[in-house]
Amino acid sequence: MSDERAFYRSQAEMLPPRPAPAATVGVVGWMRANLFSSYLNIALTLMSAGLLWVAVPPFLDWALFGADFSGATGADCTGDGACWAWLDQRIEQFLYGFYPAESYWRVNLAVILLVPALAYLLFDNLPYARYGRFFSVAYPVIAAVLLVGGFGLESVTTDKFGGFMLNLVAGLAGIVLSLPIGILLALGRRSRLPVVRILCVVFIEIFRGVPLITLLFVAIVILQLFLPPEVSLDQLIRVMIMITLFASAYMAEVIRGGLQAISQGQYEASQAMGLGYWQMMRLVVLPQALKISIPGIVNTFIGLFKDTTLVIIIGLFDILGQARLLQTNPEWIGEVDHETFLLAAVFFFVICFSMSRYSINLEKSLDTGRQ
Amino acid sequence: MRVSRLWTDARARGLVFQVLLLLGLAFVIAVIVVNTTENLQRAGLASGYGFLFDTAAFDINQRLIEYDSTSSYGRAFVVGGLNTILVAVLGIIAATGIGFIAGVLRLSNNYLISRIVAVYVEFTRNVPLLLQIIFWWIIMLTLPRVRDSISIGETVFLNNRGIRIPSPVFENGSSIIFLAIAAGLIGTIIVARWARARQDATGQRFPVGWVGLTVVVGLPLAVYFLLGRPIGLEAPVRGTFNLKGGGNVTPELTALWLALSTYTGAFISEIVRAGILSVSKGQTEAAGALGFRPGLTMRLITLPQALRVIIPPLTSQYLNLTKNSSLAVAIGYQDLVSIGDTILNQSGQALEVISIYMIVYLSLSLITSAFMNWYNARIALVER
Repeated sequence: MSDERAFYRSQAEMLPPRPAPAATVGVVGWMRANLFSSYLNIALTLMSAGLLWVAVPPFLDWALFGADFSGATGADCTGDGACWAWLDQRIEQFLYGFYPAESYWRVNLAVILLVPALAYLLFDNLPYARYGRFFSVAYPVIAAVLLVGGFGLESVTTDKFGGFMLNLVAGLAGIVLSLPIGILLALGRRSRLPVVRILCVVFIEIFRGVPLITLLFVAIVILQLFLPPEVSLDQLIRVMIMITLFASAYMAEVIRGGLQAISQGQYEASQAMGLGYWQMMRLVVLPQALKISIPGIVNTFIGLFKDTTLVIIIGLFDILGQARLLQTNPEWIGEVDHETFLLAAVFFFVICFSMSRYSINLEKSLDTGRQ
Repeated sequence: MRVSRLWTDARARGLVFQVLLLLGLAFVIAVIVVNTTENLQRAGLASGYGFLFDTAAFDINQRLIEYDSTSSYGRAFVVGGLNTILVAVLGIIAATGIGFIAGVLRLSNNYLISRIVAVYVEFTRNVPLLLQIIFWWIIMLTLPRVRDSISIGETVFLNNRGIRIPSPVFENGSSIIFLAIAAGLIGTIIVARWARARQDATGQRFPVGWVGLTVVVGLPLAVYFLLGRPIGLEAPVRGTFNLKGGGNVTPELTALWLALSTYTGAFISEIVRAGILSVSKGQTEAAGALGFRPGLTMRLITLPQALRVIIPPLTSQYLNLTKNSSLAVAIGYQDLVSIGDTILNQSGQALEVISIYMIVYLSLSLITSAFMNWYNARIALVER
């Protein structure tokens, strides 16, 4: 059987590894795998490259290279590009609305204080965490005093609120209040008590079933009818109540989804341990349910923050309102239509996009149960 | 029975709590009713829906049914409701198309296109819809004047008064063509049933798709030419000062439609992406091992399972789009809310107008959730 030997080859040492084919590594390999792997892929690549070529350079030319950055009125913007000259004199109005200029520092301080308040809520491993949490809880009160006045600060009426600050105030208030209300509604919807359950279902379905705009009309037109004539609620407060209730109805459904995902065994085990209803919810059920619901909760926050722009329809001047004011201002008319909206869009994008990224990261880091 | 049971016994405590809650609610409602009647009396307003029959002395330029300034408020509401439905239907069709294409493209392993789609989705989702609506509206209004309309092949004209498109002209006999389309559809359904029964019984397959396409398209075409082409297209033509003929789509409708469909399309694309990702890779591989071609795998294995995940959130996006169309009031598209707002300002019947809003939108969302429950029940049966 000497023939068999031809099939074997013995060697004492390993052969040195050969380099991978040039076409599968490096830039070329990456491009072959990701851009030109099939005819369809080549077509898509060419189409996208064409799209980028048509869209990006003209946009950069318009927004930056061909733009006018200085001037007193829209007439000074003579170039083909964007007109950013308004930034110089109008950016404050854009950010603060009609808030008195000498008190801008109060808004700034409130925003600066927001950073530690948020940081202590969001991150666990910060120094002085115990005191930080207290600060986070007290922050809404501190911010309210800073913005509205009192305790020696000159009072500023809420009709002076405007610009991006109005969006932030309405959005933050809504976020802070809608979560607890939403939790209560979600618990109520799953309650054993029929009256509580029916009331919660009716509330949630009504607020989720109608557009926010009709609720804002209710806040403006109808709420005054319901109250005795001598009581008059501040317009901003009324709107904020409606935005908050609207968001909490959505929040309730998100949290209900989380509650439904908790297995019956968790409830039974807590009861066997002798926990009462509120102890069981606070210590066992809600921590797990909220953890599951985080993506939905953050999405509701994002939706709520975007919805604060609707106040323009009932005559408050948030950042969109300020943009519209500037667009119809005789000095700037016809020059700043796209620029003002682009800036407003960027503001919203930065905040909403960071929120959604944060939620994705949190979701990953909390995903401990499934590994 | 001891009194202390009222707060020590869980059942009694629940009962007491509910009674107190009901009493509190009744008190609040009573206060509201008293206040409202007093306030209405002071303002000298009559309540009730009788005003719906009064003459609405305003014009509506966007309308699907006959309406003029002598029509009633009630009819104005119907016109507004139809306008809401119009933009909702157009938006849902476009958003579904955009969403499915974007969702699939974002999963593509082509780096460039998936990045471009990601930028579109993230930017549109994270910027307020109202801003986008007003932005598109401004774009539409900065188009050239009517005299300098941008033309696309001299059949579609873009200008700051809207988009002028060819409009169909129906002559005698055009209804027969619609009958032919209906007949084709019904015929295809019958053939499909027969083909499925035969395949179940004998295993022989029948090309339903091609036959159906031939019948649905071919039959009406044959009738169309036999009857001497009763449906024509009237294209707009340039006159000296204005465009003549064709139908005009207002800038408001165009802006609202573009904004709603790109915005909702971005959300739908995420739903589609999640749906496709939810089908495990093993399903595709198993189908391949059984000898399915990629197209069949998609149609028979992946898509039915993905749709089960996709459809419930998709319906709620449709509902969101319909509710979001109420933002039309910001740019003056005359939908239900916008017309209701005009009526409210003219007649002062705030309670009635807002109750009509609520009833219309609530019934829409109840119908949608009824559909979703029905669908969920149906797919739950399929599940094993």
